[in-house]
Amino acid sequence: MTGVDAAAPLAVPASRRELFFAFTRLALQGFGGVLPVAQRELVERRRWLSRDEFVEMLAISQVLPGPNVVNLALMFGDRAFGWRGAMAALGGMLLAPMVIVLALTALYVRFDQYPMVTGALRGMGAVAAGLVLSTGFKLLGTLRRNPMGLPICLVFGTLTLVGTAWLRLPLAWVIAGLGSVAISVAWIRMKPR
Amino acid sequence: MKHDATDLFGLFTHFLVLSLLAIGGAITTVPDMHRYIVAEHHWLTDAQFTASIAIAQAAPGPNVLFVAVLGWNVAGPLGTLATMTGILIPSTVLSLWATRWGSQRRETRFVRAFTAGLTPLTLGLLLATGWVLAEPYLLEPTHRWGALALVSVTLLVMLRTKLSPMWLVALGCIAGAFGFV
Repeated sequence: MTGVDAAAPLAVPASRRELFFAFTRLALQGFGGVLPVAQRELVERRRWLSRDEFVEMLAISQVLPGPNVVNLALMFGDRAFGWRGAMAALGGMLLAPMVIVLALTALYVRFDQYPMVTGALRGMGAVAAGLVLSTGFKLLGTLRRNPMGLPICLVFGTLTLVGTAWLRLPLAWVIAGLGSVAISVAWIRMKPR
Repeated sequence: MKHDATDLFGLFTHFLVLSLLAIGGAITTVPDMHRYIVAEHHWLTDAQFTASIAIAQAAPGPNVLFVAVLGWNVAGPLGTLATMTGILIPSTVLSLWATRWGSQRRETRFVRAFTAGLTPLTLGLLLATGWVLAEPYLLEPTHRWGALALVSVTLLVMLRTKLSPMWLVALGCIAGAFGFV
């Protein structure tokens, strides 16, 4: 990446207020996903994290339940200023965007009888579906490095897809049932380190 | 739509549980939110549900804000309070606790098996979410082909180019406004 000198020392956020506004700024740039912006702001612009630290935090935030990028904000805030820092980062990331999105919602309810408005939203809805699908397809490649092996992974992935999208089983059952089987298989397939 | 305290509490507790199941992001729990809000309680129609998520995608900010919009559309400001605190509190507490606990144990067999075992489920859930979002358009003959074209263009552009998703959202907005979808 240009402009990033790996040897140069990293900066630290000066205060919780700076943390709050840094995450607001980052969130407001994120159309269709905040993660790419987070990488650019935290690693390249502000240099609060090295690229390795960012990838590591991202990996952990993906395993934990809850929104990934929210977990990332929590972890970073916690590291900088303890739980108060975590709250500052979380609030910064959510408050301003939430006001904007609720204002849009209120506007939409007033204009939802206009075919142009409903049409525009239908178009964006189809794109939203495509964006989620593309994220799923992009990440399928990572299954090749999974200790369970690609075929077993595809079986678990397909069963999850069929169970939730087609049979509409409650997610809690799928994760508890299929998830514990999958974790056990991974455990058996993995050599103790 | 009028909702009593029992409905709000039910919404809150349902999202509390979903928070802990949302491995891979809140978006992976969309099929279950749909099952609960649309199929089971009929608080929103299929179209309202999908529109809620589309509004959140069109606005800047983390994707999890679709949860705020869903809450708002079900029961106004109190609905947003119920869904947002529900989806955030358990995962926040667990995150803070687990980061401190897990950062020393990242290499243990259990943590690695946990991650590896749940990854394929996460991906299955992402594809299920894409399907649940696209389904209401694809089932209606008047919108089927336009929606299918937009989904395909989005997939192609996202998988083959580095273009920002923002442009695709804009394309969807314009194509839809002029009646192509």
